[in-house]
Amino acid sequence: MDRPKADLSYVVETLPLGPAFETGQLHDVSSGMRTFRPVIDTEKCVKCLRCFLVCPDGAIDKSGETLEIDYDYCKGCGVCRRACKPGAISMVKEAEV
Amino acid sequence: MSGKLFVSGDEAVALAVRQTKPHVIAAYPITPQTIVVERLSDFVEDGSLESQYLYVESEHSAMCACLGASAIGARTFTATSSQGLLYMVEGLHYASGSRFPIVMMNANRSLAAPWSIYNDQRDSLSELECGWIQLYAENAQEAYDTILQAYRIAEDPKVMLPVMVNLDGFVLTHTYELIQTAEQEKVDAYIPYRDFCNKLDLDQPKATCITAGPPYNMEFRYQQHQATLCAAETIREADREFGEKFGRSYGGLVETYRCEDAEAILVTLGSVAGTVRCVVDAYREAGKKVGLLKIRCMRPFPAKEAAAALKGAKAVGVLEKDVSFGFEGVVHTNVNSALKEWNVTVPTANYVGGLGGRSISKEDIGGIFDALLSGNLNGSEAAFVNLRRDICGA
Amino acid sequence: MALNAKTITNQELFYGHKACPGCGAALAIRLALKVLGERTIVVIPPNCMSTVGYIYPHMPVFVNSVIPPFAGTAAVMSGVLAGAEAQGLKDYHVVGFAGDGGTADIGLQALSGMIDRNDRAIFICYDNEAYMNTGVQKSGLTPYGMKTTNTPAGKRIHGSQSSKKRMFEIVAAHGIPYAATASVGYPEDFLAKVEKAMNTDGTSYIHVMAPCPTGWGTESDVTVDIGKEAVDCGLWYLAEYEGGEFKLNRDPKEFASAEAYLKAQSRFSALDETDFARILQERDDAWARMRRDWKK
Repeated sequence: MDRPKADLSYVVETLPLGPAFETGQLHDVSSGMRTFRPVIDTEKCVKCLRCFLVCPDGAIDKSGETLEIDYDYCKGCGVCRRACKPGAISMVKEAEV
Repeated sequence: MSGKLFVSGDEAVALAVRQTKPHVIAAYPITPQTIVVERLSDFVEDGSLESQYLYVESEHSAMCACLGASAIGARTFTATSSQGLLYMVEGLHYASGSRFPIVMMNANRSLAAPWSIYNDQRDSLSELECGWIQLYAENAQEAYDTILQAYRIAEDPKVMLPVMVNLDGFVLTHTYELIQTAEQEKVDAYIPYRDFCNKLDLDQPKATCITAGPPYNMEFRYQQHQATLCAAETIREADREFGEKFGRSYGGLVETYRCEDAEAILVTLGSVAGTVRCVVDAYREAGKKVGLLKIRCMRPFPAKEAAAALKGAKAVGVLEKDVSFGFEGVVHTNVNSALKEWNVTVPTANYVGGLGGRSISKEDIGGIFDALLSGNLNGSEAAFVNLRRDICGA
Repeated sequence: MALNAKTITNQELFYGHKACPGCGAALAIRLALKVLGERTIVVIPPNCMSTVGYIYPHMPVFVNSVIPPFAGTAAVMSGVLAGAEAQGLKDYHVVGFAGDGGTADIGLQALSGMIDRNDRAIFICYDNEAYMNTGVQKSGLTPYGMKTTNTPAGKRIHGSQSSKKRMFEIVAAHGIPYAATASVGYPEDFLAKVEKAMNTDGTSYIHVMAPCPTGWGTESDVTVDIGKEAVDCGLWYLAEYEGGEFKLNRDPKEFASAEAYLKAQSRFSALDETDFARILQERDDAWARMRRDWKK
């Protein structure tokens, strides 16, 4: 998986001078916003990358052999499922995962 | 470049700004600041100043452009007045909260309505809470020198706050005086460019003016408050060092003039201090013990200095060109608060004068000193100096 | 090389943000930053995107950023640019992302000033057709008939009574070097336009339609589809302004059903036949004008 990871143990020790802070630091995840999770059927996936292109959260990683979803930041919006022409993505209720 | 020049207050500011070599200048014209932006654009045109000069479409954008430029570590300058200052107020808070060391000249001018292009200090004094260091100049020489000092103060790593240099509109901006300018090498050495610690960096990206929720917001504010308080020492240092390098200094945050044994002291700020100084001399000549406390810096407020200077007096007057409607002049409120804080008990009286360009004469000031010396103070209400009470209606 | 899903970078520069599921604006910013790259300085005024992007200490925008005063996006961009130029910085882009209100209403004056100066920066308006961050209120780019929280859809008044400002043409009227409209429903087209803007010597402007499930009353999964439908039914359009000329990038022979597009969104739930007729008439008048005056 080639996606940034959250540092959830981060504690603010000293404030920066003025509200100016290094970007690209993740100290929280978005998985709590998700009711359904997209699951990719790698058999059906043709790697057209449409899902990667249109994901509002960028949670689909195209760097590996198969597409991978970063469930830390996927919010389960389902845009990827609708964009998937071969029907390789299904939305599964979180409680049933 | 150094030498003696016969210039207006606005021109003195422009000459000083040229010597500070700001990377970016963004300003919008407004009377009576206009000459500053005209001269600076002349300097850019004739090549004597290599700044990026942004022709902005409003004061709001002038301040915003300075925010952006300062965010990326550039030295910036802007100038405004009155309505223009008010139009940029939102940006003033962004600048101080983000700790951007922007320097701005403000030509003190009245606020509408009723419209007036003439001088009073209601514009800047209504913005004491915006987190800017506020300096006031008495004459063109001090205006020139204060611009140089302003960068030294603003960009000090311990401070990193914006500085507003105030000149009374017309009275100072448009009157001509002989000023001594400084040698460029000395200016360069006095205010070398500094690397701002909070600046954006292409190699180590930062976000600035970010959101801080309830768990952190108050701490950012406290940090800002501490920095503003600490700026007092930097202002003193900057003035001392300026004196050593350039041979002129102004007492740091305040100047006391013949206050030592004074029975009556008049506190004021800006160009009218010059008139008060003349009256003090005349009264002293006549054996009357009066003095002047000139406030150079309204924020951070020189509470300790004010209390120390006023402690021996029998009566204190505060003469100011503003009023907080429904109460009194804000300088008076600040002075009284300082006296209380330092346990100094002395009767004070508030004199509101010069609103909308009404002149304050030596006679007016003499009248104030007479009242203070007689102990016959005007009760708790602010006295309006030189008011045409007969046409005020019921 | 054409920019598409295969050719764009896998690296994310807007990642871990807290936008609503299916946010069109977040998608637009994500894609734009993929084109612009790491050496980009973004200016995002107080709006949904800065709200979800910069809450200390969680910093999901991976590039240099400034949150400017709401009205001052373009002026801050100009300042950043001037400061960078004056210090001799090289090889970077300055981009602003403002919403419809931050562009066409409160941000218009500063934007006009920046285009007047022709500063080399890219202003991207993500248009979700209302003030979403404050809870869906009408902006100057809210379409006729849209239900917002301050243009309620009642029996007497059916939502917003004014039509969208022609913002793209307002920008073009400045004589800007490059301007374009786009939609997240046509992502490759948007990517290409961002690349073109990036290589423009002067100010550029992109107006991208960015559906908002929360404000539009749609499911979170239809964002991209509805963004495409907006174009296909003729209520939005893909065009460019370059070298003083307008050009329609898509000129559909037949429009998809505008009524179907409107009825799919609860924000238009109060519209009646008269309203539909007015919307279609306005659409047809606009297209007649564009087809007459613009290159195809």
